[in-house]
Amino acid sequence: MNENTTNDPIIICEDVHKWFDDFHVLKGITTTFKKGERAVICGPSGSGKSTFIRTINRLEEHQRGTIIVDGIELSNDLRNINLIRQEVGMVFQQFNLFPHLSNLKNITLGPMKVRKLSKRKAEEEALALLERMGIADQAYKYPSEVSGGQQQRVAIARALAMEPKIMLFDEPTSALDPEMISEVLDVMRELAHSGMTMLVVTHEMGFAREVADRVMFFDEGVVVEEAAPADFFDNPQHDRTKLFISQTLQH
Amino acid sequence: MEEQVDIQQIKPPTYAKGPVGWLRENLFSPWYNAILTCVALLFLYFVFKGLLTWAFTEAEWNVIPANLQLFAIGPYPRDQVYRIWICLYILSVLLGLSAGVWRGIVQRWTIVVGSILLVFLVIPFEIVQREDSHLVSIEFRFNLIWLIFESRRWLLGDVALLIGAFFLGQRITRLRPWILGGWVLSFPIIMFVLHGFGENAVQTSMWGGLLLTLILAVFGIVVSFPLGVFLALCRQSKLPAIKWVSTFYIETVRGVPLITILFMGSVLIPIFIPYFTIDQVLRMMVAITLFSAAYMAENVRGGLQAIPRGQHEAAQAVGLNYVQSMMFIVLPQALRSVIPAIVGQFIALFKDTSLVYIIGLIDLFGVAKSIITNPVWLGRHVEVYIFIALIYFSFCYAMSKASQEIEADLGVGKH
Repeated sequence: MNENTTNDPIIICEDVHKWFDDFHVLKGITTTFKKGERAVICGPSGSGKSTFIRTINRLEEHQRGTIIVDGIELSNDLRNINLIRQEVGMVFQQFNLFPHLSNLKNITLGPMKVRKLSKRKAEEEALALLERMGIADQAYKYPSEVSGGQQQRVAIARALAMEPKIMLFDEPTSALDPEMISEVLDVMRELAHSGMTMLVVTHEMGFAREVADRVMFFDEGVVVEEAAPADFFDNPQHDRTKLFISQTLQH
Repeated sequence: MEEQVDIQQIKPPTYAKGPVGWLRENLFSPWYNAILTCVALLFLYFVFKGLLTWAFTEAEWNVIPANLQLFAIGPYPRDQVYRIWICLYILSVLLGLSAGVWRGIVQRWTIVVGSILLVFLVIPFEIVQREDSHLVSIEFRFNLIWLIFESRRWLLGDVALLIGAFFLGQRITRLRPWILGGWVLSFPIIMFVLHGFGENAVQTSMWGGLLLTLILAVFGIVVSFPLGVFLALCRQSKLPAIKWVSTFYIETVRGVPLITILFMGSVLIPIFIPYFTIDQVLRMMVAITLFSAAYMAENVRGGLQAIPRGQHEAAQAVGLNYVQSMMFIVLPQALRSVIPAIVGQFIALFKDTSLVYIIGLIDLFGVAKSIITNPVWLGRHVEVYIFIALIYFSFCYAMSKASQEIEADLGVGKH
């Protein structure tokens, strides 16, 4: 547990199931995340880890069970979904920046249209965020004109601009060249120390060991093992986990 | 160290320069290209020799200046022409203001329009009128000169307004929303001014020439575009009823030739709805628009499908609702990627307006037809067709050119 973690639950998942046609992706996930908690989710590809965090802001619909985010239950009620999306920021593997808008406008769009900020206020906040990300000088360029690491930091700033309570990271460094991974991880580390609740799907085990409060290991749609990083890496209980750790740490 | 210096001193390889070098490289480089070049030159020589000889010796171009007003407005009453000038004044003021306020692409095109007007201001149409056109009566020619002089007076005012509005727009940039509103309102106002009311009303059956062509085309383009976007979004809808209705409409309209739709508008609607009459020109405007919207919808749908799913997801994750994510994220990207197809549709629509000639409207093509059948201008059909072809070409080429500039402005392919 880090110094920011509280005992207030902010995300409660109860027996969450999800199918893609006949394929059972999530087979009853039950877990609770506390305010300020940093959870790293890992597992082989196809294990359902990405699908799981995408159900939390309803980019994927779960088909059984309940998910409650900050006291609001996720249902088909559009108002609830929009409320939750304002509280949950998301960072994607492929950045998904809006290519037709400058980096600054990528960030100010949400605050102006959803939070109804004035253009001046939104730009002020956006520039402050870019400063925090260390890329204030890239504000007026287009996403295609900056490096991958810089794009991902713009994407993080875009999510933060909505002042979310929770940040979801879906393999944020997997599409990056090796020398750019650290600049994104630095920003995420800084964010973690600021007390943000974070759910991070990643293969960066060094980051998990250093920053996470809890590491969850997904395989075939279930949580095989979850533990504090020290226990998880040094004393894994399940054979499947041991295999995964030995394979990921080998290279 | 020496090697490094050497590397920096290496010059790029040189290629043959100058016009001779260019010719050798591009036209005569291997021997078979030289042969192809010669054959092509020979072909061009014969084609152009025939064309130019005809154009400068046999062709009698006086049919054009003598009927200029007919080409422009068809049978619109000559004593009511001032109304058309009022409409042009409204458009010139709006164009001038827009150019002053927005600069960039609008300004460049306003300068083009202004230059064309200036050219018209100084071209002496009267001199082109040959002495040997003895078939034209003295009285008619006098009238013609008088009309041309009068046109110049109005044209002078038009150019002055355009320039004046431009400088006004440069001063007062706050006018933006008002100018946009002005453009929206301009169409109904112009229709009203052209038609008028009471005993001076000019029925739409008297509208014609380029005027009618432009009314049909502009209405078709301006209305079919948003309608097409709407239909495309409906066809992508998750709600089956909306999706099916939209798909049914698009497929039905695309499966029918425009000419049948025009005939339906012209002949069938008065039979089906005999209780009141809808104006013929209005029916054609609607028919052309509905036809074009179906094609537009498919063009736009192509653009929508090219937008990666991640863009929708990112827009949702930021908290944008459906309308916002369409307006600010998806449509701007989708539309700019299909600008060539959309403008292609605009161009097709512009040319297709000539089909209204078949149901009895006297658009630019109809005017051409009526001039040719006039015994006074017997045998002058090639000149007339070439002239209207040039008019159609100038408008279509302008649209094509403008679309390229808009693409460059929006950075298509760059970001």
